[in-house]
Amino acid sequence: MSDLHPGGGPTPAASKNGYEESAYAISEGQKLYTTMNCVGCHFHGGGGIGPPLMDNEWIYGSDPQQIFASIVEGRPNGMPSFRGKITDYQVWQIAAYVRCLGGLAPSGTAPGRGDELQGPKPPNSGPAQTPQNSSLPKSAERP
Amino acid sequence: MILFSRTASLVLAISDIQSALSPAGEQGASITRLWWIYFWVLTAIFILVAIFLFLAMLPRRKGPVEAGPGAIEQPPAPQERSLAKVVIGAVIASIVVLFVLLFVDFFAGRSIYALNDQNTGDANALTIKITGHQWWWQVDYENKAEPSKMMTTANELHVPVGRPVKLTLQSSDVIHSFWVPNMHGKKDLVPGHPTEMWLTATRAGTFRGQCAEFCGLQHAHMRLIFVADTPEQFEKWMQSSSTDAPPPTDTLARGRDVFMSNQCMMCHTINGTNARATVGPDLTHIASRPMLAAGAIPNTRGYLAGWIANPQNIKPGVRMPPNTLPSDDLNALLDYLESLK
Repeated sequence: MSDLHPGGGPTPAASKNGYEESAYAISEGQKLYTTMNCVGCHFHGGGGIGPPLMDNEWIYGSDPQQIFASIVEGRPNGMPSFRGKITDYQVWQIAAYVRCLGGLAPSGTAPGRGDELQGPKPPNSGPAQTPQNSSLPKSAERP
Repeated sequence: MILFSRTASLVLAISDIQSALSPAGEQGASITRLWWIYFWVLTAIFILVAIFLFLAMLPRRKGPVEAGPGAIEQPPAPQERSLAKVVIGAVIASIVVLFVLLFVDFFAGRSIYALNDQNTGDANALTIKITGHQWWWQVDYENKAEPSKMMTTANELHVPVGRPVKLTLQSSDVIHSFWVPNMHGKKDLVPGHPTEMWLTATRAGTFRGQCAEFCGLQHAHMRLIFVADTPEQFEKWMQSSSTDAPPPTDTLARGRDVFMSNQCMMCHTINGTNARATVGPDLTHIASRPMLAAGAIPNTRGYLAGWIANPQNIKPGVRMPPNTLPSDDLNALLDYLESLK
């Protein structure tokens, strides 16, 4: 992302997203992140089809306004536009959560744990299995 | 007295559709029997206790007033031994009564589980999947033989009378509890851990269920209409509910377009169109349902308009956002939704 901005002059001040100060709004953003299928491409922040959101690299900017614009306008090479598909306040909630993923939101309001299932079951919780051994090959038999 | 009888008649009028005391299912009947046994046993005990309490309050003998001034009252005879007998007798009686109630309770539970075992092998049984959401019920009619005939509806559960029904209960967010008092007891819907419940309706009628586990802001507005149909009515309802929404006529096409070009389609399904999202209730046959928003408001044009414009006003905290549509668009959308019978 270049520092150039339309109109020239000094770099404008960073924008502020009031929802980042509300734990409720951020967890609403987290729910929307799943239900609006952001997870489909960005996964739970680690990226996949789309770029990761939990690292410090922001292709189209990390500023709340820039994230808002990325969601509403869409971006080339895959990011669709959500204009008219979700209300503005929901986009701001998602933007607040997305900044959380990158560690940019205040830690006091960021959720303590994710909504998604946390990892596989511990190894000692599975049902007892009976191993299906095939007969040993001749070469493996003891002489 | 007038107030009491009015309240009583009011309570009785309500209780018919949401009451464990007018059972409409085999399991519910067992629970109601148990309830009445407890009621009569405990009422008898209450009356006995009240009688003894009243006797204890009666004066034993005449006071010393008549004996004249200066007379000394005789000290009472020692009563410890008879008192001990009474206490021991009452403790034994209590233990016996509690054990009787324990066994009655145990056998009522056994009879309900025996019904489950008996129904498990029944090929005629119907399987319905119920998913609890904040704050509505998703109802899926499974059809293993013909998966294309699976059918989804919301906040409304139809079952045929006399046919065992297996409910598979699960939750998409927090713990809810499924409770239709006329049919059965409560069963929790636990995220990530499906639970099961069997019920068999014994008489036709419309009943009401409710979430019975506090699940957030709108827990009180999470109701379910439970309809026990005759088998013919049920087949008819299944037929009409599994059809796709018909393509809109010219006058309704605009409403369809409003639905598809706004937020609506991001969360709702209308079978037969491109709207296939499952975040909110299925709207394929929304006009056939008597209530909206999980029983919070009646399904009329005015309420539906208010609900679309600002659901947060009717059910604060609900997941649906306010939708600011121009009035022409809103009217077209209402026309379309009202056509989805």
